[in-house]
Amino acid sequence: MAAVRGGQRIVAADAAARAGGVFPGMPLTDARATLPALFTVEADPDGDLRALETLALWCGRYSPWTTIDAPEPHGSAGILVDASGCAHLFGGEAALLEDIVGRLRTWGVASRAALAETPGAAWAVARFGNRGTVAVVPPGGLTAALAPLPVRALRLETALADDLERVGLRRISDLTNVPRAPLATRFGQALADRLDLVLGRTAEPVSPRRPVAVLRTRATFPEPIADPADIAAATRRLLDEVAVHLADGHQGARRLELVAYRSDGTLAEIVVGTARPTRDPKHLDRLFAEKLPALDAGFGIDTLALGVLVAEPLVPLQRDLASGRAAPEDDAGRLVDRLGARLGPERVLRLQARASHIPERACRAVSAFALKSLPEMAIPGPRQPRPVRLLPTPEAIEVIAPVPDHPPVLFRWRRTSYEVARAEGPERIAPEWWLEGAPAPEQGVRDYFRVEDKAGRRYWLYREGVYLPGVFPRWYLHGFFA
Amino acid sequence: MSSLSLSRSQALTALREQIHRLEQGRTACPPAPLAFGAGALAALPGGGLARGALHEILGSDGAAHGFAAWLAARLAEDGRPVLWCRRGRDLYGPGLAALGLDPARLILARAGSDVDVLWAMEEGLRSGCLAAVLGEAEKASPTAARRLQLAAEASGVTGLLLRSGAETSSCPAVTRWRVAATASGVDRYGSPRPRWRLELLRCRHGLPASWIVERSDDATGHLVVVADLLDRPAAPAAGEVARLRRTG
Repeated sequence: MAAVRGGQRIVAADAAARAGGVFPGMPLTDARATLPALFTVEADPDGDLRALETLALWCGRYSPWTTIDAPEPHGSAGILVDASGCAHLFGGEAALLEDIVGRLRTWGVASRAALAETPGAAWAVARFGNRGTVAVVPPGGLTAALAPLPVRALRLETALADDLERVGLRRISDLTNVPRAPLATRFGQALADRLDLVLGRTAEPVSPRRPVAVLRTRATFPEPIADPADIAAATRRLLDEVAVHLADGHQGARRLELVAYRSDGTLAEIVVGTARPTRDPKHLDRLFAEKLPALDAGFGIDTLALGVLVAEPLVPLQRDLASGRAAPEDDAGRLVDRLGARLGPERVLRLQARASHIPERACRAVSAFALKSLPEMAIPGPRQPRPVRLLPTPEAIEVIAPVPDHPPVLFRWRRTSYEVARAEGPERIAPEWWLEGAPAPEQGVRDYFRVEDKAGRRYWLYREGVYLPGVFPRWYLHGFFA
Repeated sequence: MSSLSLSRSQALTALREQIHRLEQGRTACPPAPLAFGAGALAALPGGGLARGALHEILGSDGAAHGFAAWLAARLAEDGRPVLWCRRGRDLYGPGLAALGLDPARLILARAGSDVDVLWAMEEGLRSGCLAAVLGEAEKASPTAARRLQLAAEASGVTGLLLRSGAETSSCPAVTRWRVAATASGVDRYGSPRPRWRLELLRCRHGLPASWIVERSDDATGHLVVVADLLDRPAAPAAGEVARLRRTG
């Protein structure tokens, strides 16, 4: 029940309540009078939506093309599953529906299921049909199945449905039997469009809740499994299967997901990425093995689905005849995958050169997974010496310089003083004034000095800005030489 | 005398190799060691740095990174990639390129802990497709280092473990170095030439020694010994011993 239009009203009622004469829309006081033993709870639309989403994700075990139906005020929420080509996996269409309804019943969820050629027809039959909780509309039987249903089953706006009923068009057969053009003129294009959708004259695609895999295999277990060894073994079997399909299509996987459908209707997933397309089940198994311990089996997993989210062309591998080993860059790709699986893809990096004079911009570390192929560009050796380590952001230092334009004789960095034994420079690096947001040349210019302290350690310091009388120049430490 | 000592040293070398093979439980010859060039650092057995082994480098400043990068560059001359595992994010490509290490050949693993660094190193050493694996860890237990050494022996990939922490007594690495910067020299045009102070603290089948080296400015980039340090341990050559005996 919920507060609607100034009064407490019933929003949804279960079968027992309906049998006792309580229906959605009824004021709470009336309902209590009709059925004194009525048990009511406050409506929780957000909670309902979340529960529905969980169920929709769980339905992904039947088909990846799964979405929730926009919930409506009177509790007629639903889930749409595009089961094209999936039904045979569950022993036929009727068996598929029985399986869904049966499993939902074990969790105490009352449901009705219908399967038809169009989502609109399935929606109508599931809600308004009278053939029990499970109904399959046979191919070609669409018009016949819809004919006796009320026009509301077309999912029309309430006002439109009321108009239709007022003129005596009560059933869908009344609409399909009259000419289309006058109907559209009289009741608007929306009605004609809706009819077309439901009758399959125009397509109504289901947009899935989750990314749809290019390739998918699944394993259903007679008993829910929870033992990590069982899960690993099942994953291995699925990987072998996927590898065969990938090889058939000369494809390699770049991104895979393993979705575990738990027996309590929730799901867990693991996503694994590779730096290069691959279809070696052993390699993929090692990547998953790194992450499988994080998979929470909960009360047990009854279905595992392995999907290839991103695949790229991969020609059959040329192997070295003598040793049977793959090319070295392929091995390096596998190593990168394994490192990425444990450390995270953003932590396995390659260095990339960029055309910039600014030292911190000249070289950039990018994720090895973001690169399409191994980088060919070599970073050109600079004419001027460059440090082996460069601080990501230059750190301010205090210096003592005898003459403002000269290198310092002493500098202080991180609360330690360093006496400069010798210095070289300056090397002047001007800001990239042609870029937007770059500082003005006279402010952002840097004069770099290579200095060496008494112990022989070499640092890269710079003074920011050109020397102006009366302005105290700022100094920074930027790098360490070998 | 000299022919006798030569044959004796040859016999010793052969025996050492045999023991080495027995220890490793295999008959294949270990890969040829990495020559430092110029015969300068000849204290290492076999005339260079053993490949397919773990080497430990102590030091935390730029010189230690420079020496490690220089070694990795020499090891990667065959074009295979190099894995560098560390926690920081400040390695600079152009500086590494100047030491001969092609940044395009470098795979960086930015680990969150010493444990992850050692794990990534072991993965790299086991994969067998790399020229060298470098890792920086403050602490490495003897067990972890032993695992790295075994992985390196099995795959033939050379491991370099950089440690900034205090020197530990036992480490299964084949050699242990301490690297520090030292005052630059001056070349014939008057511009400074960076120098490193290399101390070979421990070396399996070899003797400790130390040198001051600088990189030669020719294309080879070899290390040139500037000075044999005087404070090296007393290890007279065979000839000197013989001379002493004669005079005595």
